[in-house]
Amino acid sequence: MSVLIDKFDVFASGFWLTLQICFLAAIGALILGSVVAVLRISPVPPLRAVGTAYVNIFRNLPLTIVMFFAAFGLPALGSNADFLRIPGLDIVFSRLGTDLPYFRFGLIALTLYTAAFVCEALRSGVNAVPAGQAEAARSLGLTFTQNLRYVVLPQSWAASVVPLGSVIIAMIKNSALIGFFGVVGDLSATADQLTSAGGEPFIPVAIGISIGYLIMTVPLGMLLDRIEQRQAVAR
Amino acid sequence: MTTGTVDDVTTSEPLIVLESVNKWFGPLHVLDNVSLSVGRGEVVVVIGPSGSGKSTLCRTINRLEPITSGSITFDGQPLPAEGRALAKLRSEVGMVFQSFNLFAHKTILQNVTLGPIKVRREKPAAARERGLALLDRVGIANQADKFPAQLSGGQQQRVAIARALAMQPKAMLFDEPTSALDPEMVGEVLDVMTSLAREGMTMVVVTHEMGFARHAANRVVFMADGQLVEDAPPTEFFANPRSERAKDFLSKILTH
Ligand SMILES: Nc1ncnc2c1ncn2[C@@H]1O[C@H](COP(=O)(O)OP(=O)(O)OP(=O)(O)O)[C@@H](O)[C@H]1O
Ligand SMILES: [Mg+2]
Repeated sequence: MSVLIDKFDVFASGFWLTLQICFLAAIGALILGSVVAVLRISPVPPLRAVGTAYVNIFRNLPLTIVMFFAAFGLPALGSNADFLRIPGLDIVFSRLGTDLPYFRFGLIALTLYTAAFVCEALRSGVNAVPAGQAEAARSLGLTFTQNLRYVVLPQSWAASVVPLGSVIIAMIKNSALIGFFGVVGDLSATADQLTSAGGEPFIPVAIGISIGYLIMTVPLGMLLDRIEQRQAVAR
Repeated sequence: MTTGTVDDVTTSEPLIVLESVNKWFGPLHVLDNVSLSVGRGEVVVVIGPSGSGKSTLCRTINRLEPITSGSITFDGQPLPAEGRALAKLRSEVGMVFQSFNLFAHKTILQNVTLGPIKVRREKPAAARERGLALLDRVGIANQADKFPAQLSGGQQQRVAIARALAMQPKAMLFDEPTSALDPEMVGEVLDVMTSLAREGMTMVVVTHEMGFARHAANRVVFMADGQLVEDAPPTEFFANPRSERAKDFLSKILTH
């Protein structure tokens, strides 16, 4: 088990890279997922159709295929996803600014894929708000956005938090795929780095990597349990 | 009974006009060539068996339910399509639902002031003041800071009426406002509605409360199978309904 201590820096840098991509993808997916959710509940049929199509595509494709498209499709189209080289942001998240685009591709795939699930989690919260209240708001003359902002979202939030948390936990685990699509040095990729290249024994390495993921996911899961309990009491 | 308003009713153009309105839900013909006009200050009670289209009729007037064909005008203007103009029209037509539909996360006073502040862009202080006056009027000023779930059904429905009145609407629509209430609370809601009617508010009321229809309505409209079967003053309608369907309906509800 000495590998856990001897190679702690390798584990730590893998952990840090995975944390970075998860943090960025979570923010991206929350923003994009919210936009798609608004499309899906909008009163305008074409917008609804776009939202529904988005969810149907990205929720029903394997993440591997989405990653495939991002990592091989984007370059084929001549894009290095340079729009993600956001000045300032690339100081903390250094991989955003590198010439090698694979971190950006992985981030795009993870964001697109997760946004579909974020959308559905938000929508399940919206559906938990009695339709009569939205109708009453409309009958007062509130516009669609006012209705969402003042009546529906403040109440749907409580019902969305727990499913959203599960989506983020799933996303953290899904991020392990990026290592297969050109990203060097994330938490799962350290397994290969340490065992094949470094000759370290497999089981201790796998345990170390597991601990890394559990550090990210378990506290999140416990937080969700707490929120759920508090909501049950409030009800 | 309706002192002073009778002249207005007969002289000025009607406030609400439905002409040959048809509404289909898929294969279901829910409104069948319905024409109805409601004068300013007039109180029209809509009755009829379950599923006859009363709620749908009520909901087409502020376009919560779009119609399939025909036309509806409110205050001389055809109902606008979805968008800002429709929101504005809805702000001029108050609506009270069977299930109250108060905003559960807002206090009673916030329920009443949300529309005036966000839709009418009134100053919060002014909206509060009028909101409190309205709550006082419906008899629940002392509950202003509670949440809807803390109130009885009758109180919640009176809040819902105050919420609609806060927009200073030109007309009020009621869809079975007392059907979800315990019997002892029906009276307090009907009292508020009766006083509104006396003050000259234009009202369309779907209800099974025949007492209210008798003493507060100018006209009773009877619907069956999506058709508007009878349209008569309450005394005439209750004394001798013309259609078999209405006779049948009345014999059922009046004997219970
Ligand atoms: N959104 C809808 N989709 C499909 N059918 C509907 C919808 N709303 C109402 N209906 C149907 O239209 C018919 C008329 O409904 P409506 O609610 O207007 O009747 P109602 O006279 O108000 O009845 P009740 O006294 O039970 O409230 C019913 O057969 C009902 O099932
Ligand atoms: Mg009804």
